[in-house]
Amino acid sequence: MPETDGVAGGSGRLRWLTAQVVQLIEETPRAKSLVLDIPGWSGHRAGQHLDVRLTAEDGYQAQRSYSIASAPEDRHVMLTVDRIEEGEVSPYLTSDVRVGDRFELRGPIGGYFVWTAAAGGPLLLVAGGSGIAPLMAMLRHRASAKINVPAVLLYSSRTFEDIIYREELDRLAANGDGLRIVHTLTRGHPQGWSGQTRRIDRDMLASVGIAAGDRPRTFICGPTPLVELTARSLLELGHQPDLIKTERFGPTGSS
Amino acid sequence: MSEPPISRGFKGRKRQDVQAGRVPPGQHLTSDFPVLSAGPTPEPKLASWSFALQEAGSLLGKWNWDEFGALPQTEVTVDIHCVTTWSKLDTHWRGVTIDALLEAAGLDEPPSAYAMLHCDGGYTTNVPVEDLIEGKAMVATHYEGQPLTPEHGGPARLLVPHLYFWKSAKWVRRLRFIDSDEPGFWESLGYHLYGDPWREQRYAGD
Repeated sequence: MPETDGVAGGSGRLRWLTAQVVQLIEETPRAKSLVLDIPGWSGHRAGQHLDVRLTAEDGYQAQRSYSIASAPEDRHVMLTVDRIEEGEVSPYLTSDVRVGDRFELRGPIGGYFVWTAAAGGPLLLVAGGSGIAPLMAMLRHRASAKINVPAVLLYSSRTFEDIIYREELDRLAANGDGLRIVHTLTRGHPQGWSGQTRRIDRDMLASVGIAAGDRPRTFICGPTPLVELTARSLLELGHQPDLIKTERFGPTGSS
Repeated sequence: MSEPPISRGFKGRKRQDVQAGRVPPGQHLTSDFPVLSAGPTPEPKLASWSFALQEAGSLLGKWNWDEFGALPQTEVTVDIHCVTTWSKLDTHWRGVTIDALLEAAGLDEPPSAYAMLHCDGGYTTNVPVEDLIEGKAMVATHYEGQPLTPEHGGPARLLVPHLYFWKSAKWVRRLRFIDSDEPGFWESLGYHLYGDPWREQRYAGD
């Protein structure tokens, strides 16, 4: 049985809190980060998510779950939202929300897809698209808390412009604290690109990942096909299923 | 409770009035079938597959794949509701009801009031027995006329559609009757012990 390290929000009810947007960051043409001030927020662990609830003037409400991208140590909570054109909530959060706007949320939620210092390493992170968000929380936590276990991030994006947190990832990899980042671009790449240029597969995991014998703590987040293929490939490479944790999103899971 | 803040400029989708009575609070409709699970998808191995009913240390009944397929089959069309806020209407399933399993095991009535479901991969979930009987739940092997695919829980998953869908455990292998309710996997991680979507019982304390 996998570890069960604690309840989402303690023993009490998860209350709805009011968050205020303090900063908006254009991460890519499709993705925007919302930096939030949340009075009463109890803190979170890297990898957890929260539920956002929007209320229209006529009282209509819509709820969606979003992963938390900020480290527990950060002053504000960051969500990174990928715009789903046919979505109901993500177009609002990525296009209409302004600094100073308020909306409700509650969390943190999920005590399984979580990485803490106690979980140790090495750490193998595999992300597709905006699935980077909870893994970014882990990398930011690793850097802030100086948990210098060896870590590899394999990150699949469509194009160079679609890489979320690109400059911050470059800086984290340049720290020289044992983090290696491998990008792969699946729909074209700039001239002189030295990263990978195809969808993540078993050969790529074998050549740039962490060997099964090193028992990496593995977190995979992205669209279902990427998660399924990565998890299956790692099992074929001899990784232990109970060390592999997955989080998936489909068109509606992240809308 | 104070009024929630209005999300300036948020209108939401056109209200789906026709379906209003079928979509629980906080849910929205989806036409596809998102996949959510905590770890790798187990490889289905029908040759070694079995489903068991168990109470304490004793086996009440056990069926291999062929035997399971020979039990009375039931088809249902139901709405399903995931705690991550999507709902899907009119999903069509085939499988063996818990009532049929009890009968096949020679039991006139369930031996206890609660059950824990055990799955490949170590997943567990708890459900009161009264929510499993009288046609309310089945072990499903087919979805929309096709064998259930591995990522959706194949070869067999529990289907208990009136509770949030994490209760409809994928890759189910064993139903263990227990005397008192205890939390399963997600229920130990802050999710609601019962999970009624119409009362929006998403998390502990809801």
